[in-house]
Amino acid sequence: MKVTEKDVAYVADLANLELSGDERARMVRDLNSILGHVDSLNELETKDVPPMAQVSDRHGVDESKKGSERFAYASRDDVKEGLRKSFSTDVALANAPDADGTFFKVPKVIER
Amino acid sequence: MNITGLTIDSARSAIAERKTSATALAEAFYAKIESDDSKIGAYLVLSKERALAKAAEVDRAAEKGEKLPPLAGVPVGIKDVLVTKGVRTTAGSKILGNYVPPYDCTAVARLESAGAVVLGKLNCDEFAMGSSNENSAWKPVHNPRDLSRVPGGSSGGSAAAVAADLAVTTLGSDTGGSIRQPASFCGVVGLKPTYGRVSRYGLIAFASSLDHIGPFGKTVKDAAIMLRTIAGRDPMDSTSAEVPVPDYVAELEKPVKGMKIGVAKEYFGDGLDSEVRAAVEAAIQTLAGLGCEIVEVSLPHTKYAIPAYYLVATAEASSNLARFDGVRYGFRAKSVRSLSEVYRRSRDEGFGAEVKRRIMLGTYALSAGYYDAYYLKAQRVRTLLTRDFEDSFLKVDAIVAPTSPTAAFKLGEKVDDPLAMYLADIYTVTANLAGIPGISIPVGTTKEKLPIGMQIFGKHFAESTILRVGHAYEKAA
Repeated sequence: MKVTEKDVAYVADLANLELSGDERARMVRDLNSILGHVDSLNELETKDVPPMAQVSDRHGVDESKKGSERFAYASRDDVKEGLRKSFSTDVALANAPDADGTFFKVPKVIER
Repeated sequence: MNITGLTIDSARSAIAERKTSATALAEAFYAKIESDDSKIGAYLVLSKERALAKAAEVDRAAEKGEKLPPLAGVPVGIKDVLVTKGVRTTAGSKILGNYVPPYDCTAVARLESAGAVVLGKLNCDEFAMGSSNENSAWKPVHNPRDLSRVPGGSSGGSAAAVAADLAVTTLGSDTGGSIRQPASFCGVVGLKPTYGRVSRYGLIAFASSLDHIGPFGKTVKDAAIMLRTIAGRDPMDSTSAEVPVPDYVAELEKPVKGMKIGVAKEYFGDGLDSEVRAAVEAAIQTLAGLGCEIVEVSLPHTKYAIPAYYLVATAEASSNLARFDGVRYGFRAKSVRSLSEVYRRSRDEGFGAEVKRRIMLGTYALSAGYYDAYYLKAQRVRTLLTRDFEDSFLKVDAIVAPTSPTAAFKLGEKVDDPLAMYLADIYTVTANLAGIPGISIPVGTTKEKLPIGMQIFGKHFAESTILRVGHAYEKAA
């Protein structure tokens, strides 16, 4: 599978990136170089191998337990106030590039 | 006070015995940072106010003759991907150039509760993506052992600060080798714990199933003291494990005689520098001399680790980094007219080349039509790589290997070839995919006096075992 300029433009769009013309050309080159190396995975027959998303799929919990019971350690009862107090509006807005004291501000979303 | 070579215990006892004060010690470190760090580049931000307030608190306790906690007055540095309340945290990225976090990372809070004095934030590759620290948006880090060379990455500042006595001990993060590889390049100890051993709360996420926080130190004992302090269940991280934390320090002195140490031929193949090979083989002989039984094991899928890793890591990164959109915090591009332009232009101008490359690769691997061929395939290979370790650990207590195929390379040597840079992680990424603990310890130098590191891997939650092997080697070498 060869990545083309068109693929790069499509993926950049999905990733919310623009990329300049130079960056796109370089990205075609780099992605093909890396994916060329990645193709070696196809040497392995993995039809009967389960995928592993998390380390806890393999350790730390009793294998004999079923489904969500295996991950019981990772769940807890609801805490009405949350595990820690919510930030005040001031604190939550302190790092905002643009805010009006109550809300984050962004340019108009709906064009007329 | 001479701060060269200071360890946690020597710093703490100097304060406890009133030979110095925590305040004087912090000032001495700041003076050394002032004089030496311009040529190294380890620190991005100094947190003097916070450090001196903590030091004063320790000094008041010492004056009253109170029993001091394990890290009382010990000057530490924190990798800039760990958030610190009120202290600018950038993750080495322009997109977080002005970010001042409203909360503390759990690991940092635990260090301070144990008396540590946080000197400042340490340079790293942008969002911890890199193997040389050259991807920092701010400045590169120079290896204190040879300033023309890289310190390794992504926790290059954390490793260099310990090597250059700009902190007694530091915290870093390791997603594919980012603690162990710089530790080996700078000649210090670096520990990546088991996945779930240390809370990730407050670690700016790169790849959540692979990210780990861990310590750097001059000695294995310092790594053990740090781990004991930061390990353990944290309700703020649901993947932090409910596994009791042993006293890693007390267990260091247990004998290693009769322990079975595995050596896998797959870690000694083509591409391994001959001087690195010789140093690691000599270290294995030292362990044999201590009464360890050396056993050959096989990790047959090792050559597939880098491709599997770079698919899983970038897929997770593309998702994690979607949050940087120029709206709630971080950089926003100027003169943008629509919301979609805010997202795109802020990300375009805020992220560096390597971060964009990884977002693109990860987005591609997750996109419709390619998910099964790339992401799902990599997850299946992740199972095979984990089984390799599980099978080997039926036969041995620990496995040793080189940390990196070469000693530190030159600044600029690999910046234009991302694949060559990725291959620098060839011996470290598998431990992240499997979630097993690994420690890198110094085992000598090349003819050019560049440090060489050896890794010791253990079973899940067997940090005590690998620390004990590392400590025994350190005493014997």
